Amino acid sequence: MDVRLSTEQQALRDAVALAVDRLGPATVADLDDTGRAARLDEVVASAGWRELRTADGAGPLASGVEAAIVAEELGRGLADVAFLGPTMAAELRRLSGASQAVGPETVAFAPDLSAPARAVGTTVAVAVAVDCAGARRALVLATSDRGDVLAEVAPGRPEPPLDLTRHTSTSESAPVAFLGDRAPAIDGDALTRWTALGLALTCADLVGVMRGALSLGCEYAMQRHQYGAAIGSYQAVQHLLADAHVATEGSRSAALHAAWAVDALDGHDALAAGAVAKAYCSRAALDVCEAVIQVHGGIGNTWDCLAHVYLRRALLSTDLFGGVGPNLGRVLVHHGFGTR
Amino acid sequence: MDFGDSPAERDFRLRLRSWLGDHNPGLPASSTDDGYWAGMADWHRTLYDAGFFAMSWPAGIGGQGLASVYEAIADQELAAAGAPPRPSLGYLVWGILEHGDDDIRARFLPGIVNGRDRWCQGFSEPDAGSDLASLRTRAERDGDDYVITGHKVWTSYSDDAQWCLLLARTDTEVPKHKGISAFALAMHQPGVQRRPLRMINGITKEFGEVVLDGARVPASNMVGKPGDGWALAMTVVSHEREPGELGYVARYGKVVKELTARVRKEPDSFDDEQRRELAWAIVETEMLRLHVCRRLSDRLDGIRHGPEGSVDKLLMTATEQTVGHAARAVGGSGLAGGDPTWVKAYLYSRAQSVMGGTSQIQRNLVARRILGLPAS
Repeated sequence: MDVRLSTEQQALRDAVALAVDRLGPATVADLDDTGRAARLDEVVASAGWRELRTADGAGPLASGVEAAIVAEELGRGLADVAFLGPTMAAELRRLSGASQAVGPETVAFAPDLSAPARAVGTTVAVAVAVDCAGARRALVLATSDRGDVLAEVAPGRPEPPLDLTRHTSTSESAPVAFLGDRAPAIDGDALTRWTALGLALTCADLVGVMRGALSLGCEYAMQRHQYGAAIGSYQAVQHLLADAHVATEGSRSAALHAAWAVDALDGHDALAAGAVAKAYCSRAALDVCEAVIQVHGGIGNTWDCLAHVYLRRALLSTDLFGGVGPNLGRVLVHHGFGTR
Repeated sequence: MDFGDSPAERDFRLRLRSWLGDHNPGLPASSTDDGYWAGMADWHRTLYDAGFFAMSWPAGIGGQGLASVYEAIADQELAAAGAPPRPSLGYLVWGILEHGDDDIRARFLPGIVNGRDRWCQGFSEPDAGSDLASLRTRAERDGDDYVITGHKVWTSYSDDAQWCLLLARTDTEVPKHKGISAFALAMHQPGVQRRPLRMINGITKEFGEVVLDGARVPASNMVGKPGDGWALAMTVVSHEREPGELGYVARYGKVVKELTARVRKEPDSFDDEQRRELAWAIVETEMLRLHVCRRLSDRLDGIRHGPEGSVDKLLMTATEQTVGHAARAVGGSGLAGGDPTWVKAYLYSRAQSVMGGTSQIQRNLVARRILGLPAS
């Protein structure tokens, strides 16, 4: 057992951190700077970070740990580039033995975002393409006589944003096209593995969001003065931020394990590791982001403060693959019983 | 980055697993029954003699000099077997190891480690809790001895102990942190009076009060130099905050395992709210296990203790209290012939946010020493 990052993994983390610190949004106004976002996207594209889960021989190009390292740093930096969507699309193709995607794509989810959208016949009632910036299509599941197979829908109309850093679009009653003449099939075990990766990467994103939000909160607590002293010198404020740090550290330990489990454990154990981490990280991320808004006082409730950008990103990452409720349910099922 | 076992770790894990199959003493859950503490001394010696305790401590004091991650493996196997956790006394060992001279180490550490000598820790006093440095127990030089006068409280295992790692004031002329010294005090002598404390769950064997009135300790039993007591105390409490040092992952794991078995046996008797409490206990116990893996891995580089111990103490406290709530929800009241263990586990869990430094003190430390927020 040695759960420290390897030298190569640390270098990957540093490279992503450098990119987001240089080109990520530093203010809410920066989110409108499309030139900056395009430059960040170019860096992510040229580094190949969206292709980490494409097939390389029998396995993926890089492990779940590497993908989670990228996800965490992108979350910390509120990176407004596609990552999770294309990565999960690549994993879906890899696990079903499909050919690699031509051009950018993402995955479309059911309305509650906890599972991929599923076609009935040749249409999908509602498909929410998540993290769809630049995507030409969104993968969905369809039923065939060979079980579940991969299909695609067009991305649909853009939604008013929940997460200001990642695009979503919704299509209703959208026609699906099967992937190729003989659409690649994906079995239950593969879907379990796929979900385990989704849980691990959304957890990593949440850990990054918590780190970023906490650092914003601490900076503000040192700079904002009331009663003649920095508010960060008052125990009431210190304890809020201390609890946020503790929640972040616990989340990180669980999230690291979930990322490792993706490739190291069998599918059901990997799913359980992901569920433990996701339940913990979902609750923690909400607590941390809410605390950071509180530390900012009135300012924290205004659009121009970055605090809500972290919270909104956390809300989307929480809902994807399910937040607290569905994952506590998965944990109980893994222990031999579910909810009633 | 690998949570999996190396071949040597795997071998250790399987040996322990197989040994536990034959040697689980079947004690009650920790701190829910005096029978647990009565059996703990034997468990300590049995575990040690079989090579499953003190793996990561130096060989010179009776340890095996292995990496700390072996302790995490042991905790996981103890929990999975429903066996008692390992004895929590690393904080005494590290305090003496880091601050005692060769003579003190050689005389005292092997007996602590192998379980032949029972020790307690005489730090807190009725008027010195969070503000430990204000302690008033006096040690006055008298020939080759010091004579001790004072009152200690929350002295864990004081009724069972032959020895006490004692903090006492040897100099009243200097600032409060600088006048404290540490001693190895023999408990069986006329000037030492022990009184058990009854805790809110009814146990009487874990904590006690010790009244010291003319107790004598040879000057050669001072641990460190005169005035080094505060530094030793900080070493001790920093280890006392660490779940990896205390082995509490096994303590919580055993409770969660037994609660899970109850629900699995009669699922229809438990509603969604009860299941949700149990699910959180499973999640947090697992989180703590993984967190300990991370911390103990950090020590493979020789990184030692800093303010992160306060983070770990707060995570451990949250876990224990969540497990306590699950014990209450799933284990019931213990009335009408039910098992009273679980309500006792719940009641005991309230102490975790106080012992070893309150959660409020830990938050102060996290805010100032990790987040860098200014002092008020």
